[in-house]
Amino acid sequence: MFAYTLRRLLTAIPTLLMISLVIFLLVDLAPGSPMSEIPLTVPPEVRQKMIAAMGADQPVFVRYFLWLKQFFWVEPMYLLDHVFGTDFAHGAQRIISWQSKVPVFTLIGERLPQTLTVVGSAYLVGVLIALPIGIYSAYRQYSWFDQAGTFFAMVGFSVPTFFTGNVLILIFAVKLGWFPTIYDTNLTVEDWPSFYKMLMQMALPVTVLALFNAAEISRYTRSSVLENLGQDYVRTARAKGVREAPVLLRHVLRNSLIPVVTVIALGLPTVFGGAIVTEQIFKINGIGAALIGAINVSDLPTVQTITFIFAVLIVAFNLIADILYGILDPRIRYD
Amino acid sequence: MPDGAMPVLDVRGLKTVFRTRGGEIHAVNSVSFSLRAGELLGVVGESGSGKSVTMMSLIGLLPSPPAEVRAGQVMLGGRDLLHIPPHELQDVRGAKVGFVFQDPMTSLNPVFTVGSQIMEPLMRHMGLTRAQAADRAAELLALVGIPDAKKRLKSYPHQFSGGMRQRVMIAIALACDPDVLIADEPTTALDVTIQAQIIELVKDLRQKLGMAIIWITHDLGVIAGIADRVMVMYGGQVVEQAPVAELFANPRHPYTRALLKTIPSLTGERGARLQTIEGQPPIMMGEPVACPFRARCAHRFDRCDAENPARRPVDGAPVGQGHDVACHWNPEGA
Ligand SMILES: Nc1ncnc2c1ncn2[C@@H]1O[C@H](COP(=O)(O)OP(=O)(O)OP(=O)(O)O)[C@@H](O)[C@H]1O
Ligand code: SF4
Ligand SMILES: [Mg+2]
Repeated sequence: MFAYTLRRLLTAIPTLLMISLVIFLLVDLAPGSPMSEIPLTVPPEVRQKMIAAMGADQPVFVRYFLWLKQFFWVEPMYLLDHVFGTDFAHGAQRIISWQSKVPVFTLIGERLPQTLTVVGSAYLVGVLIALPIGIYSAYRQYSWFDQAGTFFAMVGFSVPTFFTGNVLILIFAVKLGWFPTIYDTNLTVEDWPSFYKMLMQMALPVTVLALFNAAEISRYTRSSVLENLGQDYVRTARAKGVREAPVLLRHVLRNSLIPVVTVIALGLPTVFGGAIVTEQIFKINGIGAALIGAINVSDLPTVQTITFIFAVLIVAFNLIADILYGILDPRIRYD
Repeated sequence: MPDGAMPVLDVRGLKTVFRTRGGEIHAVNSVSFSLRAGELLGVVGESGSGKSVTMMSLIGLLPSPPAEVRAGQVMLGGRDLLHIPPHELQDVRGAKVGFVFQDPMTSLNPVFTVGSQIMEPLMRHMGLTRAQAADRAAELLALVGIPDAKKRLKSYPHQFSGGMRQRVMIAIALACDPDVLIADEPTTALDVTIQAQIIELVKDLRQKLGMAIIWITHDLGVIAGIADRVMVMYGGQVVEQAPVAELFANPRHPYTRALLKTIPSLTGERGARLQTIEGQPPIMMGEPVACPFRARCAHRFDRCDAENPARRPVDGAPVGQGHDVACHWNPEGA
């Protein structure tokens, strides 16, 4: 298991380097320039100085290696300094947003919690409703429950979140007025009333994302449980006199969850992508909104860094999925 | 084996149908047989003759739908297994009746250790604690001939060979000291040498433990070596039934006769999936109204098309006790 994990970790490194290069170049080559933000009345030599100050006058590969070093070396140092009050970084140059002139990671640190609260709870809620639905649908295949589950999963899966989001806002926030239309980013939970307010403003975005996730995961769970229910070992368990509940929840579920857990782990980073859309609809000032804002003003370092973080998340969760697979399946653990 | 003793298992008029899109398949038609204490009953018949469906019907192992056990009575320990509530049947399965399936490669749960799978029925039926069950499981593994049993409890099925897995299946089936062991082609999926070892093991365990056994096989050679009595099935029916020596010496049913001719050799070579009889086994759509074997029978006459033959005694003993056959034809006018 340890060798297996180590091997997966090592193969992740070249993958990440490759991705970082592609992202950096793509973003750099994209049309739009930070210079367009500088008013035309600014004299050319001042303009040149401003560009030089941002480091934007350097050739692209110099900027790439600088950025790479900052991402993997300087920023972790700052993180250590921040956490332990040390001084490893020695004031080294950080990745700076061209737009706001503050370190990109400071920006991310401000925005990420908003996203995590919504995305994290939405995913959790999604998984928690998807698993029982998927299991029961499979156990009672073709029952009305299963049919209803199939219908809602199809709807949840095929209708995009920007549509469900707007429909929900229209009905529950605008018409019925049950929930706020705008997400208050500055709200901090410190007592029961503010906690309640938090719950209310999270309700709609979490519902939208959770439904979308639940649709996919419940389908995976259903088909995986169905496949396992027909296996010979289930008949053996029944022949041993095992009660139906443990046959389903111990024997079948333990096997069915192997692919499902993988799908759950792999799905987590893609939810961040989905959150970009949801954040726009519900006006949540999260990391997705930060990315969109940065793209609009060609704030290249911010775009590159946030995009790359998404990529890192995807690779990391791939790794986690593989490791979980090994933990759950003894046939892989002992290869 | 003692004749005339009280049967441990008594099956009467068992009927099982599968409801499919294309109609009802009558897989088991009025099957009756009984099993005496300590007896080994061999069940033979080619693929699709209803051997597995019969045995799985007894203890409610068929998926329903599509299967439906429509009629019959299965007496075990004074109770009719077809008419007791599901949770009582679950108490019988694994405790009073052990089942060994054909394919050891898929019959064990791949994510649990071999030990935990043997311990499960012990804790479930015998109320043993985890520690007691682990001790007993090690004993059982040793009993079925797996060396270093205590250590092997922690192994997973994929770390075992096919023959060893079938030994584990036998250990599971015997864990709670059942009255009846049903072995459904337990050696078909194994190599010849392993096959012989498993047969020896069962013979040996039978001596030690004394349970009654139902042994399903395609291989009449195996039957000759271990069975006390043989039941031949065709088209979901029992077509002939007799003590083993009597059946081999004096087969009455044209199908049995054909089967006996297909035994490859005395060394019991493999590969005799009794397909050497001309023609195809029937698919039983609807109640049988004629002899199911008639399409392939050389002795067929007009009565065979009009009436499904009932079992009748051959040697004077009542049907099910001595030698009986379900055929209208009477060789040598006997
Ligand atoms: N799930 C099912 N759905 C429909 N029909 C079935 C099903 N399972 C079995 N049958 C029918 O029951 C008949 C008997 O099958 P069974 O498995 O008992 O045969 P068998 O004698 O055990 O054969 P084999 O030697 O191949 O194991 C088959 O011919 C088939 O028509
Ligand atoms: S009943 Fe007729 S068709 Fe059937 S086996 Fe006997 S002789 Fe052949
Ligand atoms: Mg079979």
